[in-house]
Amino acid sequence: MSGHTDMVLVDENGMRIDGRTAEEHRNIKIEAGVLSNADGSAYVEIGKNKVLAAVYGPRECHPRHLQNPSKAIIQCKYNMQAFSVSDRKRPGPDRRSVEISKIISEALEKVVLTELYPRASIDVYIEILQANAGTRCAGLTAASVALADAGIPMRDIVPAIAAGKADGHVLLDLNKEEDNYGQADVPVAIVPSTDEIVLLQMDGNMTREEFDRAVKMAVGACHEVYELQKDALKRRYSANAKEADGDEQ
Amino acid sequence: MERRNARQTREIVVPGDVLDNSGMKPGENAYVLDGRVHAGVMGVRNVFQNTVGVIPLRGHYMPVSGDTVIGVIIDIGPSNWTVDISAPYPAPLHVNEVPWKVEFGDTSRYLDIGNVVLLKVLSVDENKKISVTMKDSGLRRIEGGRLVSIPYSKVSRIIGKSGSMITMLKNTTDCRIFVGQNGRIWIDGEEENMDAAADAIKMIEAQAQASNLTDKVRAFIENRLPREEDDFEEED
Repeated sequence: MSGHTDMVLVDENGMRIDGRTAEEHRNIKIEAGVLSNADGSAYVEIGKNKVLAAVYGPRECHPRHLQNPSKAIIQCKYNMQAFSVSDRKRPGPDRRSVEISKIISEALEKVVLTELYPRASIDVYIEILQANAGTRCAGLTAASVALADAGIPMRDIVPAIAAGKADGHVLLDLNKEEDNYGQADVPVAIVPSTDEIVLLQMDGNMTREEFDRAVKMAVGACHEVYELQKDALKRRYSANAKEADGDEQ
Repeated sequence: MERRNARQTREIVVPGDVLDNSGMKPGENAYVLDGRVHAGVMGVRNVFQNTVGVIPLRGHYMPVSGDTVIGVIIDIGPSNWTVDISAPYPAPLHVNEVPWKVEFGDTSRYLDIGNVVLLKVLSVDENKKISVTMKDSGLRRIEGGRLVSIPYSKVSRIIGKSGSMITMLKNTTDCRIFVGQNGRIWIDGEEENMDAAADAIKMIEAQAQASNLTDKVRAFIENRLPREEDDFEEED
């Protein structure tokens, strides 16, 4: 959003530098239950983004003063690995990761039935192994699959994807170049069964019309991500059943 | 039989999936939105009369009053013990709820940290405050044997339809086995038999989705403990 480049981000045919059209998202791969010591886990790849999420709980909330006597709290920790970006990222929480942790936990609180577990805490850890723009969406996508995998009661699974503007075009799922040299980035997360928006931010400038188009595009793509999330969770158990059937023979 | 019937129509659902839109009532782990029943947790769709719910595949044990559980003492107070029953909340065990007469401050003489006890859940209130008791027949401190943990969602599989699996395990391995509702299992017997029983339990856990599991586990144990079989034959 800040830098300038001579790069042509969208060519005259409407093609982007990685060969996508404006309304195409990157390749998405989701896998549930990848960690055995966590209560629930998920691994997500969106293009070159690689994200691992783990869920623990519900368990007793520490420190005590954070406990809520009427519902569980969701403690989320978004962390970027030092090797996740091309210039080494200084390890530890910074202003950006505190913000992302907060918005992700607030988005998840909207779907998790927290009132079933008063005084407890559900801990979500999101590790960014490799970043290429759109990690907050990838992180939230992974976290909600991990929550469902942990068997935590929730209303729905939250998919997230960003839309934005680069080279004057409204684009879906910006990559790093489009994010760095584009004009705007709008991450969106929804509750698919009701189309409620649980996360919406905007970095940069767009007109009202462009913004509406971006949100519409992102909501549409969220439904595609949602199908992949559901598929990942179901695949985990159909694979189990296959193994068991294999033993039968 | 119930499980095998359920298996034919076994449908895995994830949170948010529509379970029914023809006016059925929501059962366990389900909620209604705009007249449709949605799943509230990942699990297997389960229809019972005119309610539709979800049997969870994973998740934490949530105590229900009346459950018999196996707990580990994790803290001692002057008039109570704190017991870990692998629930999201710790369970306090008050001195009034143990079968001994305990003087104030004398708690550690009866139960120490790390001791394993058989408990019954007395009550769970709406704030999820748990109280447990040891004042019931069969409830006691456990000594000897070993403790195996499985996810609580697999407990029903270990017990089997009207206890078929657990009876088979006890008979074939010649062990004393106690299954707590919270997924902790205590086994006591000959070292070798305990190994076989523990491995059989791990096998049930891994293949919980398979059909005809009781027979498979029996074959597994008979394979593991062939000597046992010979003994029987000689006796015959």
